[in-house]
Amino acid sequence: MRVTDGTAGARILAFGGYQPARVVTNDEIAEQVDTNDEWIRSRVGIVSRRIAGPDETVADMAVAAGGKALAASGLSPADIDLVIVATCTPEAPIPNTAATVATRLGIVAPGAFDLNAACAGFCYALGTASDAVRAGTSRHVLVIGAEKLSQWVDWTDRSTCIIFADGAGAAVVGPADDADVGIGPVVWGSDGGMADKIFIKDRQSFIVQEGQAVFRWATTALHPVALKACERAGVAPGELAAFVPHQANLRIIEAIARKLGAPQALLATDIINSGNTSSASIPLALSAMIERGEVGSGSPVLLLGFGAGISYAAQVITVP
Amino acid sequence: MAMTEQEILAGLGEIVDEVAGVPADQVTPDKSFVDDLDIDSLSMVEIAVAAQDKFGVEIPDDQLKNLKTVQDVVTYVQNAEVSA
Repeated sequence: MRVTDGTAGARILAFGGYQPARVVTNDEIAEQVDTNDEWIRSRVGIVSRRIAGPDETVADMAVAAGGKALAASGLSPADIDLVIVATCTPEAPIPNTAATVATRLGIVAPGAFDLNAACAGFCYALGTASDAVRAGTSRHVLVIGAEKLSQWVDWTDRSTCIIFADGAGAAVVGPADDADVGIGPVVWGSDGGMADKIFIKDRQSFIVQEGQAVFRWATTALHPVALKACERAGVAPGELAAFVPHQANLRIIEAIARKLGAPQALLATDIINSGNTSSASIPLALSAMIERGEVGSGSPVLLLGFGAGISYAAQVITVP
Repeated sequence: MAMTEQEILAGLGEIVDEVAGVPADQVTPDKSFVDDLDIDSLSMVEIAVAAQDKFGVEIPDDQLKNLKTVQDVVTYVQNAEVSA
């Protein structure tokens, strides 16, 4: 039996991000539940978030972000042979989002699957895409993180409705030769013993989380994972141009960043005007950083996803 | 080896300074975290975690809510060290 010919490495060719048009401020939420702007800003760090329209689907947002990344990559749809959509908030379990997104983007008959690792989804998907390219399974992969958390949130629950939001981010992954390797080894893991910390019970239920327990776990268990990803990539924390953790909560982000030993790294704080968009948050934050010219092409950036499962994954990537 | 009350207080002052930016000399026994030092429950979790590293004493979330003043934490750490 033959095996595929692989490549020395994989790299990201381009990013793209999409945010729904509707902006929801803290004041607007405070009209519906007992909270206030000052409390939300200080506890979570959010000033405003984007909420998808009632008929706007996860696939719609994935197509928007994916289309932008594809255009920016200079490739044509015919060049893409695998589409992975990281999402934990589809409207329904089947059909998957990826096959629909592929068709709408004019990508013909690629491999297509959805990946559910909650807020770690994008990093998991990126690791999988990188492996597929390196092994020679695929040539160019469209990786998308897309979520409509607003359709799984209890809008009368002030502990969750202030946090979760909607959006999508995408990356095109392609081959790299030795000199050019752009996606470091993924360090991933899980703790199913904490499955009860962030969950949705069933089809009729909403997102529930134990905020304090999640905060404690995230601010203690994650910086070793992040440091391991740096070590495995052969990039010292002091060399990082940026750190883009999942935009869960500004206090968590800042606490993890403090423990990294990378004071020079630009810290993504996209949550401030995006909210927590689960698997979309990392590619959204990073594509915005790149658009603003805040990180240079070729510079190393550390990604760290973490969330329900509990699942987590981190890798260092090179900015396209 | 058990620490003295002063040592614990000094250590706690360092932690509070690092976590919440409150100068260590303001971390005196009578101060309430919430009312006097403007430290919220999320910072308390970070302080508890740092205290675990520094003093080897675990402060679980359900105990944390009973620790209202600096002295409360110092006493907790002392008691935990004695029984360790």
